[in-house]
Amino acid sequence: MNAPIDLVAGPRDDKLQSIIKLAILAVGGQGGGVLTNWIESLARAEGYVVQATSVAGVAQRTGATIYYIEMAPAGDTEPVFSLAPTSGDVDIMIAAEMMEAGRAIMRGFVTPDRTTLIASTHRALAVSEKMVPGDGISAPEDVLEAAKLMSDRLIMFDMDQLAAENGSVISSSLFGALAASGALPFSRDAFEQAIRASGKAVDTSLRSFAAAFDRTEASESDADPVLSAPRRNNHHVAGPASVLSDWQALEAEALALPAPQMATLGLRKVVDFQDLTYGREYLDRLQQFSGHDTGDTKLCETAAKHVANAMCYDDIIRVADLKTRQGRFNRIKAEVTPGDAPINLTEFFHPRGEEIISLLPAGLGVWIEARPRLAAWIDRRVNKGRRLRTHRLRGFLTLYFLGGLRRTRRKSLRHKIEQDHLNAWQATCLEAASQNVPLAIELLKCRRLIKGYSDTHARGLSKFSRVMDAASLVADREDAPQWIERLREAALRDEHGEKLDGAIQTVRSFAD
Amino acid sequence: MAERSFKKEVEELRAGAGETFTGEGILALTKALLENGVGYVGGYQGAPISHLMDVLADAQELLQELDVRYEANASEAAAAAMLAASVHYPIRGAVTFKGPVGVNVASDALANLSSSGVAGGAIVIVGEDYGEGSSIMQERSHAFAMKSQFWLMDPRPNLPSIVKSVGDSFELSEASNTPVMLMVRIRACHVTGSFECRDNQRPDLTVEDALSNPRRDWNRVVLPPMSYAHEQDKITTRWPNAQNHIMERGLNEVFGPESGELGIICQGGMYNGVIRSLQRLGLADLYGNTDIPIYCLNVTYPLVDEEVIRFATDKKAVLIVEEGQPEFIEQGLSTILLRSDLQTMLHGKDVFPMAGEYTGQIMFDSIVAFLRKYAPEDLPGQMRAPNQPLPAIPDLSKTVPIRPPGFCTGCPERPIFAGLKLAQQELGPHQISADIGCHLFAALPPFEIGGATMGYGLGPASNAAFDGGGEKRAISIIGDGGFWHNGLSSSIGNMVFNKSDSVAVIVDNYYSAATGGQDVLSSRADNPSKATQNPISKALEGVGVKWIRQIDHTYDVGKMRETFVEALTTDYDGPKVIVASSECMLNRQRREKPARNKAINDGKRIEVLRFGVDEDICTGDHACIRLSGCPSLSVKHLDDPLRDDPVAAIDQTCVGCGNCGEVADAAILCPSFYRADVVHNPGSLERWWAGWSGRVISWLQVRRASKRLTFTEAGQ
Repeated sequence: MNAPIDLVAGPRDDKLQSIIKLAILAVGGQGGGVLTNWIESLARAEGYVVQATSVAGVAQRTGATIYYIEMAPAGDTEPVFSLAPTSGDVDIMIAAEMMEAGRAIMRGFVTPDRTTLIASTHRALAVSEKMVPGDGISAPEDVLEAAKLMSDRLIMFDMDQLAAENGSVISSSLFGALAASGALPFSRDAFEQAIRASGKAVDTSLRSFAAAFDRTEASESDADPVLSAPRRNNHHVAGPASVLSDWQALEAEALALPAPQMATLGLRKVVDFQDLTYGREYLDRLQQFSGHDTGDTKLCETAAKHVANAMCYDDIIRVADLKTRQGRFNRIKAEVTPGDAPINLTEFFHPRGEEIISLLPAGLGVWIEARPRLAAWIDRRVNKGRRLRTHRLRGFLTLYFLGGLRRTRRKSLRHKIEQDHLNAWQATCLEAASQNVPLAIELLKCRRLIKGYSDTHARGLSKFSRVMDAASLVADREDAPQWIERLREAALRDEHGEKLDGAIQTVRSFAD
Repeated sequence: MAERSFKKEVEELRAGAGETFTGEGILALTKALLENGVGYVGGYQGAPISHLMDVLADAQELLQELDVRYEANASEAAAAAMLAASVHYPIRGAVTFKGPVGVNVASDALANLSSSGVAGGAIVIVGEDYGEGSSIMQERSHAFAMKSQFWLMDPRPNLPSIVKSVGDSFELSEASNTPVMLMVRIRACHVTGSFECRDNQRPDLTVEDALSNPRRDWNRVVLPPMSYAHEQDKITTRWPNAQNHIMERGLNEVFGPESGELGIICQGGMYNGVIRSLQRLGLADLYGNTDIPIYCLNVTYPLVDEEVIRFATDKKAVLIVEEGQPEFIEQGLSTILLRSDLQTMLHGKDVFPMAGEYTGQIMFDSIVAFLRKYAPEDLPGQMRAPNQPLPAIPDLSKTVPIRPPGFCTGCPERPIFAGLKLAQQELGPHQISADIGCHLFAALPPFEIGGATMGYGLGPASNAAFDGGGEKRAISIIGDGGFWHNGLSSSIGNMVFNKSDSVAVIVDNYYSAATGGQDVLSSRADNPSKATQNPISKALEGVGVKWIRQIDHTYDVGKMRETFVEALTTDYDGPKVIVASSECMLNRQRREKPARNKAINDGKRIEVLRFGVDEDICTGDHACIRLSGCPSLSVKHLDDPLRDDPVAAIDQTCVGCGNCGEVADAAILCPSFYRADVVHNPGSLERWWAGWSGRVISWLQVRRASKRLTFTEAGQ
């Protein structure tokens, strides 16, 4: 892929320069065909001879799809056009998605001597990016850098969102950006006429077209396309006055820690999960780490993040609490309908016996767990899919009651299990911190492996303990932090931890 | 009804002499058939000629007006067999299917047809599925023309040439009593352009007329001794007649200067690519006027020795541009040149790669390599010593993910494979064979179910070695399209007859979905010209399957899993067949969405379903995606610095199929999914009740919030 493209600038026929070569790379179902038809009818109406081709077939089913158009001013004879784009020989490259822009660049369809690249920065994630248990999303920055390097002109923004905001689909905003780019020698009127002539969804298409046209003209002076919104962390706090003042005291304490921002966010999370007392415990835990901080706040920041996540475990109470909040109801309503139509909400639960038992007081829970036949009987009673209709009182009240169990959560078996686990892990991390801060940071980060519910949660726990066990084997090595990072990343690559097993094998091979 | 409607375009097929037609290649082909007095047409859908079948189906009214019989044949074999009408009757017939897999299926009929020979022009329009965008193994249909001796046309890929080639094919077929295969490549099927129309022609002899006056000639029957005579006739009569006809009619074309030391021989389909390379080298102009002589083979089989020798005479070297392998044409040319006394050098696959598509870059590089050998002075200065190399393309291979095709949003096949994946989690991995159709996407992540596929309708047959059963049973997948194509006999009949102890799953989505939603025998829709609504389960009973489980709602993942487990563990040791039926979502949405929108506008009570994910509850493990892969179920990064992994998110394109909820339940995943049904035009009682319970709920929510701290994003 790294071979330079030969630049051919031979004694070409002057008329050859008049051929405009335009390729469109889209994801099946994005409307690449519609865009192709618009461009074709536009060029024909403007007195050009046009040829369009596409590769349909199964790629239309959500795969990467390419369309190709050549055009030249009409003369007495028919020109001979090519049916496929050639690397180094494309004038206008339209990519209807960020990674498709990358694919176009990889295929050599974008070259700095001639190509105007019009691309949408939004992402339609591939299955391979979505299915990894960790973060498998490809970095758009690489594509952006390549696009800047390889294109003659670059027009790049989130055209998908712009189209959606105008009630249309991406083909219309791409068409607007193409019009504004001036890469085709046709007037804006002619472009709009092509949309009208197609006769389908004319108004919304024209609106989206115009928005993209304006945006393109405006953005050419912009420095860089914005790839993602900055993270927000301005929160508003409300509550009874007495509680608020206690909160402010805690918040002030968090702000005095070495990593004030993360500590405050963590504090909010644990208080939201349980109560102020729990927030107090959180800060106490952080204080133990702050003493070991080497000054760059990294240890504290990592501890603030992962201790908070560990304290806010995912039990039925938390789920029920979150699902019954007013903010959630309002958010869903805003998402699904602009009007005031009633919304029927269905929640999908599948509790198992052990989740129910874990809600019980710790002593009782342990007693039941020691009696497998009783536990199995409970499991048989509760273990089935339950659909709760939370727009109705009955369904809502069930969850509202469960959410209210927050008050007795501290006595529950689940809380005991989580606290024991947390304490053990915290002790390991603190012990490491007293000798090797980078090692402690990596151990803290392993908390990321524990997530999910039921089987998924059990699998996460198992991965966590495997990594922690393997970590103890390398703890004395100088490169221990790097090894732990490698183990953790391997654990996040696949569902069953096959890559992790491989990595552990490697660790064992030199630890023995 | 097919996925794409051509009703509007079909009207343009009525155009007569003096009018110009502008449109797509497949429409031009249909128009050309009508202009050439075709008497009957048929075929079997498959990319890249699926749309040709759709056009024919949508053009039935026009075909009837012209007394042209149209059949949507049961398979390519059935389509090729239909050409038998042209053996005894001087009626022009045309069928279409994809190559080379369609030709594989049709080869029995094509071989018999070629032996018998034809009285009326018989053509097969083959969409050659090769190169980028192809969905099948990379082979050539060319070999079939050689083995059975029918002629192969490969016209230049522009509309006037394609249209002309249809008439040429009929005439060549009639002049040599031999069927002709007209090959169009993927892009040529979809290429757009214009051509001058002629009037449509009624057939001189219609199929109805033929029925009134039956003819037979036992000399045409493929039985000894006539079959020996057929072989001799092919060589002594039909072959020279074809060659003479090709020369007389100038079916192959020569471009460029009369003389020259170098020449290029190309398949018609390669012509535009050759010209583009020459244009880039400054050796041809915009209109294809070339400095290097080109002999363009619009007929790629048979070769015409006399023309080849005439072109090669006085040339130092010729280059044959022939895509695909083996290099049949190059071998033919070698023989012709060797038997002549010419000293012309022949180049082909020595400068071109043997395998793979001739992309623009390969074409360019190979032609340059050829010119460099003989005429480096013809190359532009910069080619000899490039002085302005472009920057190297950044390596994005680790960033840009592959994007193979997959199940559409809301596809009813997704829950079938989710169920099967869960059943395997319970019972361990099984031997699974796949078939051709959308369901083959299950072979890819996230399902990774099923290995080899042996051909259309052959899924269960390809598990035949495991029919005896064992500790675990073999599973095979077949679609409704494959079932009716030949699966009923080759796969299911085979299982019954051999007392197979394995499991077959028939994925019944009501259409031949992968090829564009054409109807099949078991389609649920009323089709005015076809007999639909013949249930698959009845056919199964008819061939003697005793263990049948009909599932009418595939989205019930739990039931799918249970049924798989039952089939894999039952004591019954005969063939077990699961029919999993739910309508293709693409077609269902196209049918239902307009009706739904109309009903909403008419004030009728309609619920619109959509799924969502509570992002606070989702922990970012993506187990749900590993049981789905739905395009509308994606992941996103949160604004929250406390969270590392992206969480699941469902976008606006969700059609509310139900898979997410079912999977969360069946696989005991997590409670983050919810379904939000918007009730349009609710009744007054419903509205009152919703308002009342909403107020109570809201009161409870406010009550609880007032006793605790509430954190909200600023600005919300």
